[in-house]
Amino acid sequence: MKRWPYWVLGFWLVVVACSLLYDMQPDAISLEQVLAPPGKSTLLGTDDLGRNIAVRLAAGAGVSMLVALAVTAVTLTLGTMIGLLSGYCGGWVDRLLMQVTDVFLAFPGILLAIAFAAVLGPGLDNLLLALCMTSWVGYARLTRAQALSLRQRQHVQAAQSLGASAGRIMRKHMLPLLAAPLVVEATYSIAGLVIAEASLSFLGLGIQAPHASWGSMLRDGVRYLLVAPHYVLAVGISLMSVVLAVNVLGDQLRDAWDVRRAKD
Amino acid sequence: MIRRLLGVVPVVFGVLLLTFLLVHLVPGDPVEVMLGESAPVADRAKLRAELGLDQPLPLQFVHYLKALAHGDFGRSIHSRKPIADMLRERLPATASLALCALVIAVGLGLPLGIIAALRQGKWQDGLATLLSLTLSAMPHFWLGPLLMLLFALWLGLLPVSGMSEPGAIILPALTLGFGLAAILTRMTRASLLEVLNEDFVRTARAKGIEERKVILRHAMRAALLPIVTVVGLQLGSLLAGTVITETVFGWEGIGRLLVESIEKRDYPVTQACVVVIALSYVVINLLTDLLYVRLDPRVRFAV
Repeated sequence: MKRWPYWVLGFWLVVVACSLLYDMQPDAISLEQVLAPPGKSTLLGTDDLGRNIAVRLAAGAGVSMLVALAVTAVTLTLGTMIGLLSGYCGGWVDRLLMQVTDVFLAFPGILLAIAFAAVLGPGLDNLLLALCMTSWVGYARLTRAQALSLRQRQHVQAAQSLGASAGRIMRKHMLPLLAAPLVVEATYSIAGLVIAEASLSFLGLGIQAPHASWGSMLRDGVRYLLVAPHYVLAVGISLMSVVLAVNVLGDQLRDAWDVRRAKD
Repeated sequence: MIRRLLGVVPVVFGVLLLTFLLVHLVPGDPVEVMLGESAPVADRAKLRAELGLDQPLPLQFVHYLKALAHGDFGRSIHSRKPIADMLRERLPATASLALCALVIAVGLGLPLGIIAALRQGKWQDGLATLLSLTLSAMPHFWLGPLLMLLFALWLGLLPVSGMSEPGAIILPALTLGFGLAAILTRMTRASLLEVLNEDFVRTARAKGIEERKVILRHAMRAALLPIVTVVGLQLGSLLAGTVITETVFGWEGIGRLLVESIEKRDYPVTQACVVVIALSYVVINLLTDLLYVRLDPRVRFAV
């Protein structure tokens, strides 16, 4: 029972793999069966253009996964580097970098990503860019806080007195100790990114038609909420299952590794 | 306290700089993007001059700050109305929505958290935890339609969307409030559990004070401190959440204005909305910190 997040995420991985291996034509329009409820021919019914919702969900899952993993990879690297630099160097470098993160944190939630995506224009590449520009801050703050205390550790000071370079100390003596909290933070942020991608696409700022994305599907679903509630329900439950699974996974990792979640 | 006030200055400056630079992030010529490629050259030149885009960047920023200091956000490209008036028109809708959501969140989150803490390990605790975990996994654009289906379509109790009918505020406020309630429940539970082990709670019980008073008068007062911080921080995400929620429910507030301006490529309006929301967040955080100092005698006397 405790393993259910793995089962849920495993299920979606298989779904994405299938949609990559077989071209199930998520964009194929069939005007004979517009907004058809779930039935024999289509597992979860069809959307406003008669497209198969289940197939489009699979394609959208792929987009969500791509966005979440790509943005996490970029921002984890960038944020950790900035945080290490800030925490290890201290002084004016630290003050400047933290001032910058303060400004980014002054924009609540997804507002800054919305603003960036709005001026950059729609599309997958701009969506990725907007999310990368706003998601590194959490990692930077977390790493800096940890680096500040790690700097005082004996093994780091021993390495310093042996003449190890700053880069070597950060890489070999600090980074391994940062891995656990960073992985926990990254897990939570994957859930956040799945929501963020869907939010931007929901607002029409992310993935553009005809490509499927959970956010744009929800947007269409809300439009036809009164006539075809199965549309919204299918997408919403899928999204919720992923977010819930990833969050619970994060809780489990945190408890197992005894990491106190950094408060921002 | 003065230090905290001064600390806000560079943040506000940074926020203004970043939002000012937004328009310059537009790929290509922002004037062309806003007016469309077919716009006459004269119109473009006029807009360029109006937005000050023909001046050097630092000078533009100075003008931008000066205008903001006078409460002047410029004019909308689309409707030609002063943006300050548009914001003033929309502000009450967003403020009342956020306030209702906050009331719902506190009214739901605090009692649930207290019950969960007092019944730790029992089914009430499990239920509250499950509820808050599920609600926090439901973004507004999914919770909103779900509530619409439930209350408006299947039960037929409340209007689906819009602002004109009475009770129209309930569903968007619930959508915004539930997410915050989920966080508050978890926070209250954790905070109260920590406090319940303290000496002063044992003393209060030993004095023979009623259990209800021990919890509400003694334990909750101490447990409230971290909760105040969370409410302050989350009030900001509530503001950001209005962007999506107002779009879902057709609620004519600042958030909806922001989305409309993005759709019309009316960048000065976009810029103004972002500035207003971000600065409100900065002010709310500042007030929360000041309130915290007032509430906690340990911090108050240490300063």
